[in-house]
Amino acid sequence: MQQPLSTGHGAPLQNSSTAPEHHQQMPNKAPLVPMAGQYDFNYYQNNYQAPVHNIIRPPLCPTSLGAPQGPGQMYTALPLNPNLTSARPQLDPTFVSAPPQGGYVPSGGHYPGQVPYNVPSQSTTQGIPPHSSSYPGFSYHPAMPAFNTHYNAPLTSQTFHPPTSQPLVGVLPSHVKPLPETVQRPAQGSFQPYPAGNTTASWHPSPGASMPAPTNPTAAVSSTNSQTSAGPPLSMPHNINQSYLPDRAKVATLPVVGAPLARQQPPLADPPVSTSASPASASRAQEGMHYGYVANNQVNSAPSPLSSTSDDEDDDDEAGVDSSSSSSSSTNTSLPNNYDALEGGSYQDSAPSATTAPAPSDPHPLKSTKPFGYAYPTLQPAYQNVAASSQSVGPPTGQGYSPGPQHFAQPFSSVNQLSSTMEGLTFRNNRKAEALRQVSLLQERNILPPVPILSPQSNLSPELKKLNCSPDLFRCTLMNIPQTQTLLNKAKLPLGLLLHPFRDLTHLPVITSSTIVRCRTCRTYINPFVSFLDQRRWKCNLCYRVNDVPEEFMYNPLTRSYGEPHKRPEVQTATVEFIASSDYMLRPPQPAVYLFVFDVSHNAVESGYLNICCQSLLENFDKLPGDSRTRIGFITFDSTVHFFNLQEGLSQPQMLIVSDIEDIFIPTPDSLMVNLHESKELIKDLLKVLPTMFTSTRETHSALGPALQAAFKLMSATGGRISVFQTQLPSIGVGRLLSREDPNQRSTTKGVQHLAPATDFYKKFALDCSGQQVAVDLFLLSGQYTDMASLACMSKYSAGSVFYYPSFHHIHNPAQVEKFQKDLKRYLIRKIGFEAVMRIRCTKGLSIHTFHGNFFVRSTDLLSLANINPDSGFTVQMSIEESLVDTSIVCFQAALLYTSSKGERRIRVHTLCLPVVNSVADVYAGADVQAITCLLATMAVDRSVSSSLSDARDALVNAVVDSLSAYRSTVSNLQRSVLVAPNSLRLFPLYILALLKQQAFRTGTSTRLDERVFAMCEMKTQPLIHLMLTIHPNLYRIDNLPDEGSITVGDKAIPQPPVMQLSAEKLSKEGAFLMDCGSVMYLWIGKNCSSNFISEVLGFPNHASIPQNMTQLPELNTVLSQRTSSFVSWLRDSRPFLSILYIVKDDSPMRANFFQRLVEDRSESALSYYEFLLHIQQQISK
Amino acid sequence: MEALVFILSLVDCCTLIFMAVYFIITLSDLECDYINARACCSKLNKWIVPELVALGFVTLLMLVSMHWFIFLLNLPITAWNIYRYLAVPCGNVGVFDPTEIHNRGQLKTHMKEAMIKLGFHLLCFFIYLYSMILALIND
Repeated sequence: MQQPLSTGHGAPLQNSSTAPEHHQQMPNKAPLVPMAGQYDFNYYQNNYQAPVHNIIRPPLCPTSLGAPQGPGQMYTALPLNPNLTSARPQLDPTFVSAPPQGGYVPSGGHYPGQVPYNVPSQSTTQGIPPHSSSYPGFSYHPAMPAFNTHYNAPLTSQTFHPPTSQPLVGVLPSHVKPLPETVQRPAQGSFQPYPAGNTTASWHPSPGASMPAPTNPTAAVSSTNSQTSAGPPLSMPHNINQSYLPDRAKVATLPVVGAPLARQQPPLADPPVSTSASPASASRAQEGMHYGYVANNQVNSAPSPLSSTSDDEDDDDEAGVDSSSSSSSSTNTSLPNNYDALEGGSYQDSAPSATTAPAPSDPHPLKSTKPFGYAYPTLQPAYQNVAASSQSVGPPTGQGYSPGPQHFAQPFSSVNQLSSTMEGLTFRNNRKAEALRQVSLLQERNILPPVPILSPQSNLSPELKKLNCSPDLFRCTLMNIPQTQTLLNKAKLPLGLLLHPFRDLTHLPVITSSTIVRCRTCRTYINPFVSFLDQRRWKCNLCYRVNDVPEEFMYNPLTRSYGEPHKRPEVQTATVEFIASSDYMLRPPQPAVYLFVFDVSHNAVESGYLNICCQSLLENFDKLPGDSRTRIGFITFDSTVHFFNLQEGLSQPQMLIVSDIEDIFIPTPDSLMVNLHESKELIKDLLKVLPTMFTSTRETHSALGPALQAAFKLMSATGGRISVFQTQLPSIGVGRLLSREDPNQRSTTKGVQHLAPATDFYKKFALDCSGQQVAVDLFLLSGQYTDMASLACMSKYSAGSVFYYPSFHHIHNPAQVEKFQKDLKRYLIRKIGFEAVMRIRCTKGLSIHTFHGNFFVRSTDLLSLANINPDSGFTVQMSIEESLVDTSIVCFQAALLYTSSKGERRIRVHTLCLPVVNSVADVYAGADVQAITCLLATMAVDRSVSSSLSDARDALVNAVVDSLSAYRSTVSNLQRSVLVAPNSLRLFPLYILALLKQQAFRTGTSTRLDERVFAMCEMKTQPLIHLMLTIHPNLYRIDNLPDEGSITVGDKAIPQPPVMQLSAEKLSKEGAFLMDCGSVMYLWIGKNCSSNFISEVLGFPNHASIPQNMTQLPELNTVLSQRTSSFVSWLRDSRPFLSILYIVKDDSPMRANFFQRLVEDRSESALSYYEFLLHIQQQISK
Repeated sequence: MEALVFILSLVDCCTLIFMAVYFIITLSDLECDYINARACCSKLNKWIVPELVALGFVTLLMLVSMHWFIFLLNLPITAWNIYRYLAVPCGNVGVFDPTEIHNRGQLKTHMKEAMIKLGFHLLCFFIYLYSMILALIND
């Protein structure tokens, strides 16, 4: 991001020393390669052809996973099988016996920082016991079953659209059904033979043993899972990824075959192809998967050795070692002879089988298969010159694909290619046609698709699309960027980006390289969308400057050869992470520092939160992200501020009370923030006694301001995180607030007042904090008005997060208590980055208009984030300043520079590439209605604060009216009375209506000011997937969950009921309906709901006996109960924070909340969907 | 007397011109990322009140000395400044708020405003100069 700010602190990381180890790892990867290719391809197709099946939310991701399976299955049927199967067993021994383990270990040593980092994170994320750390691939067993489930979706899609390669087509359909069961078995079989420990060791070592000393150690690439650190809540995605891995592993046997073949080919000819060939790691894919693919792609492109990359990601991450995929691969390729030797040596057994049988046939197929439909000549511009030659040679990437299909494909290669190309084109056209299909809104009643909605596809060439950043991370409201501002204005759609930059990822290539290649003018990081003019120069895709390729970059460790800069992982993946050198540090990386500020006034003690909080801290004490330097401190406050001396050596914690709140000072500066490990016992003692210390307090005042000032003084030297727990309005000292809410105005339809902060104290405080790299997270637990609008400022501008638990009470509100507990756990153990800055760069001609989210904007494109957490999203409004006529693509790059909790400086770079179009129709075709809704929501929040709520509401309605009338004017021969929308925007009016009825923007319904403001804060910081749920909840009927279509996660089958429209007419008294609103779920039980469901799922004999305030599904030992609870917990697991489940009957207090969320219905104060459409139509025809 | 009024307003006008230039320089520094938003805003906010006072002084002076044309010329810009000062929401740090200055093209708006003011003050400068000379000659 920022350029080298200041130099000199901390030793730069050194790759060179490590490089050798990386090489050793090679072998692993090699086997995997082919699979990867397969995956990508399948995946891509799935996405492409049957968008419906794709997934936005994690659960669906499996589909992509499933795809790979297909091929796997196929293989069994194919002639190759024998070889493959035989290969596996053979491999085992070699691996096990391989001495390299030793070699491997040392590598760990080289990267002291990384190793510890990765390992813990992994274990936490996956929830898999220790062995996961040793070897990822194999630890996945549990997850294995997962793909079965996923499978369903992919399969269907596949069947619909026969894959381009003939073999695939033939095989797939037949296998479709059996797959779920059969697949599992093979996979496991292959895995189990390897004991977890052995596998890792053996794999890495084998290469090492055979390897000669690496020539170019400089660059090491590792993909680390460490990034995934996600807390438990995210288990879902992880599972998925895990399940994916096994596939590869299974497939791994195949690669062996491929590798030898690759060797035979001319190693260097291929380079250009790689880009095109790299199978689509479809943007859709969950990141984890995505990365995996990419890596694999690389592998593919670089003949055999590259396969190592794929493994890298898996193994290395988990193993915690930097495996330089690149380096490892390099060894193989560059030294073919050695490679032979390698095989001979380490792979002896396997080698024969692979080479002998498959070898002859394989080489060709590889070439032929590679294109797989989309690989046709539309190469990235950069590669084109190279590509031409390479293609003729035969795309190397093809090898990646599994041998099976290749056999068949070989003879028809050219035909296949051609047909595939055609298919690609037609798809694109079809897609566009579909997106532009006119939908008559007033006539089509059921416009809500039963499956989750995906982001639309751009017009990008398939090759680029494959490389593109995952839509979960980086999304644009318009997938096709209009050429000029005029065109944008014509379309009347907002242009903006939605980012979730620090999302927990399961696979992320981590690159350790002494020079991070960037454009010399605009400082853009090299990315997959740059063009290489020749071997020595690359052209920046943002500013078009021609840069030299540094010597180090010329060496491609993946292929172990010079002159293939375009195959480096940096240019193969749109999301990468660099380990930054000291150039990127202003000061040496600081330790993780956590300060907890507790409100202990009477009100707080009454609510009983302190007990829960301390308990949670005790439980998660060891899981706090950090290293040996981690520091922690506590402050409590009522009308005075209390400090706790926890200096090591004390027999018990000392409480120091400062009562001079006008001029707060720190009593003993050195001993208040203490090392987490050194003072462990003292801290634990304190946490145990803290809840009891204030039980008899009579103090009702709250001196939050002074406490914050004290906290700031404690933290300013190091930066870190302040967690503030507040339960009432701050009443004395600086920053005191007055109650501004008039309860009688809660349901007014007139303007809502006091959405803006009452004082600038908290804003200034936040800015001070931000300047010192301190972030403030606010937990507001309160029954009364606490002026969220003012207090939230402390988090808003310091890049913190806000949590709100209205009516929190430890006895009276058990649902909130549970949520608080779970959220707190996630909060404490989630990944964290310190001293972060994020810069967003975009192609010349575009500029950033406004940022939304929690941060401080330091300069036009630079966000200063004192902390970055995996749960916060950002939104950026863009404008087009200059015409983009002379470019066909635009790119956005978000680079997040942060210090990990282990004290490592890292840069995470996401690059998004989108096509430029010159017709309004194309703009509409690429409109991403969900992203647009979220962007409008954030804009509306700004509007309501700066202007008024009614202004904001009007603006939202106008947004729909404008865009629909603009669309109307682009289509001819329409009757005046018809309200049409392009298919891509058909949900736009519905979403906007939902937004108008959302807590943040609704009028006429009683809404507490704090809740409204909190909802607004959430709009600004929630990533798209979560935000969409709070805007437009999903409604499912769950009293009779179907088995068909269910997916399998872990060992559980998760039913997938269709999403229903949010209308009471869809409810029936005989059913039970689950409404998923993100942070809350309502389970509505119809009056005549089958007693079967009530007794088996809820555990009550009949409808009448269900208690009113039930908030949990009991774990009953019935099929129905298990199915239901697995569905509910699957939904819950897909989000970081707990969703409270309310079971709602017609007479329960939550009933109103449930029915308010049925947004298509009319309420006293708001229009029904149909009326809203009429209103829009009226506005349009005016 | 007449001359004294114009000499005073000339001096005042010079200060305003310097101030406007200072605003422009600081804002363009921010635009070029030479200083950060916080520093920029705290620098500029410091001068909001002095600017207001200086403007008000000239306006009042003209009113008192019954130079209606110049008074009316100054009135809108003074009113605008007062309005802008009073319209700052209580949650904001000042007229220039570091958290918002980069949003919604605010920076450009501020820049434009500073430019216009500079032009206006230059115009005033020459008017005062002319009037002063005229007054001196008449004396």
